[in-house]
Amino acid sequence: MNMIKVFWAFIQKEVYHILRDRRTLLILFGMPIAQVLIFGFAVTNEFKNANIDILDHAKDQTSQKLIRHVTSSGHFKINRMLLAEHEMESGFKSGKTDLIMVIPADFSKDLYTWDQAEIQLIADGSDPNMANALEQYAKAMINGFLFQEFKQSAKPYLIGIETRMLYNPLLESAYNFIPGTIALILLIISAMMTSLTIAREKEQGTMEILLVSPLPPLLIILGKVAPYAILSFIDAVLILIMGYFIFDVPVTGSVILLLLLCMVYVITALSLGTLISTTSETQQDAMMKSLIGLLMPSTLLSGFIFPLTSMPEILQYIGHIIPATYFIEILKGVMLRGVGIEYILFEVGMLLFMIVAFLTLTWKKFKIRLE
Amino acid sequence: MNSYSIEVENLTKKFGEFTAVDNISFKVAKGEIFGFLGANGAGKTTAMRMLTGLSKPTSGQGTVAGFNVIRDHEKIKTRIGYMSQKFSLYEDLTVRQNIRLFGGIYGLSNQEIREKSETILHDLRLSEVSSKLVAALPLGWKQRLAFAISMIHDPDIVFLDEPTGGVDPFVRRQFWEAIYEAAGHGRTIFVTTHYLDEAEYCDRVSIMVSGRIEALDTPTNLKKQFNASTMDNVFVKLVR
Repeated sequence: MNMIKVFWAFIQKEVYHILRDRRTLLILFGMPIAQVLIFGFAVTNEFKNANIDILDHAKDQTSQKLIRHVTSSGHFKINRMLLAEHEMESGFKSGKTDLIMVIPADFSKDLYTWDQAEIQLIADGSDPNMANALEQYAKAMINGFLFQEFKQSAKPYLIGIETRMLYNPLLESAYNFIPGTIALILLIISAMMTSLTIAREKEQGTMEILLVSPLPPLLIILGKVAPYAILSFIDAVLILIMGYFIFDVPVTGSVILLLLLCMVYVITALSLGTLISTTSETQQDAMMKSLIGLLMPSTLLSGFIFPLTSMPEILQYIGHIIPATYFIEILKGVMLRGVGIEYILFEVGMLLFMIVAFLTLTWKKFKIRLE
Repeated sequence: MNSYSIEVENLTKKFGEFTAVDNISFKVAKGEIFGFLGANGAGKTTAMRMLTGLSKPTSGQGTVAGFNVIRDHEKIKTRIGYMSQKFSLYEDLTVRQNIRLFGGIYGLSNQEIREKSETILHDLRLSEVSSKLVAALPLGWKQRLAFAISMIHDPDIVFLDEPTGGVDPFVRRQFWEAIYEAAGHGRTIFVTTHYLDEAEYCDRVSIMVSGRIEALDTPTNLKKQFNASTMDNVFVKLVR
């Protein structure tokens, strides 16, 4: 029997399945686009026009200058000028105030005679991320003001610190989420969709028919997996292109190397998907396993959103058995730092090791089923 | 070649301590309609999986379509057809695409597939709906189409696993006519069913109880042997 022809007939069927099922198409192409755009435009730590309340006990020229400086950036907008301490909390409670700056009465005297003055910043700690960001910005603005003042009066012992962010000079969040999104999307499509499509054959009873046919089991699995491998790869390229043209995320390293490594990762995810499918009898089962076992840890523990190194040790270990963790490192290396294969050998090695491990487990499970 | 399509001796399947199929032996002649009955969990499915090459027997011997069930199970697969109660076609493919797919899987040439498609569509009077999705067909039509497709590669034996589950009496009757026609062409039919009146349509019937074949004969002889008026009574007497 001509296996290539048989295989082709099988692939054709898979293509019909995918084209007929709108939900699949939506997940395949709608989700990556939506996710990139949402991450790109909505999820950002930057803010504009944060509402600041000011309690100015000094009410002199210096404090006016400071206030003008802080609000000149466009990041802060004066919400209210407070008159007394007891007015402070109501702004936070009603949600209209984001930050309060308190200027003491002796502000200018302290500043010019003692070289040190104190400013109090009060932020809403119920939203820690936002509070942190606001505090950082306000500090920077106040420091800027001091710098300006003292440059004119030429005070000594000022240390100018100049920082430079290598590989991402403007600290664009896109530099982080484009690699992260590629890793997640490829995982969802490759692992979840293949485990779903294999589980569907089992659920509908058609797997039985295929197994009774002369098709070798390996061809069945390959036939189910191949179309998704190609589609995942197209998605990876799509996200890279969106990242490049919409969010200016560059590919500094070799594009060919990048695409090759995408392929390696897709195969890792596909072998994981087939492993999941051998342990699930229904689509719902496969879906739950993919969502809880794959998507959640990959989102939270891969270093995509939270840095791995600041996690408790046990979570770090879990993070290190997740393929996405290594792939995000690989992507950042090749895309942003422009490194060659020699710098990411360990990560690539881990992915290859995982492929072998997943496939071995899948094969064992499969054989047990047949016996 | 001998005149039997299925011959098994002392076929046994154990899952750990549990014996699902316990030393079954029987022969099925070419062109025979062989009913394979038993309560749920009696071991029917396991036995059928061994005969269709899906499961390896723990012990025992046998041939199906002339091939050894232990050594040549891959060859068996090319000579048998299979249709299950869990509907065995792809609902989101059209009638014609389903025929093409299974023709392709069984290695038919494009020419053969075209001819077979026309024959099947014509015989089942499905020509007009050939480009409709299978999901849109009434259950009875689907089942007859699935049966026709299970024979697309002219197999020696067709295994039918509760083929008439859930269809109305009229469609069941039609389906059995199709079975008779296939058997008339010399094909062996191996059928499991829950409808005991259908057992009467079989040439011979075996009844499995807890992994063993407790009775095997023509329906007439079985009724005589168990002093029962219908196959239903035979079954109840045996299983209880």
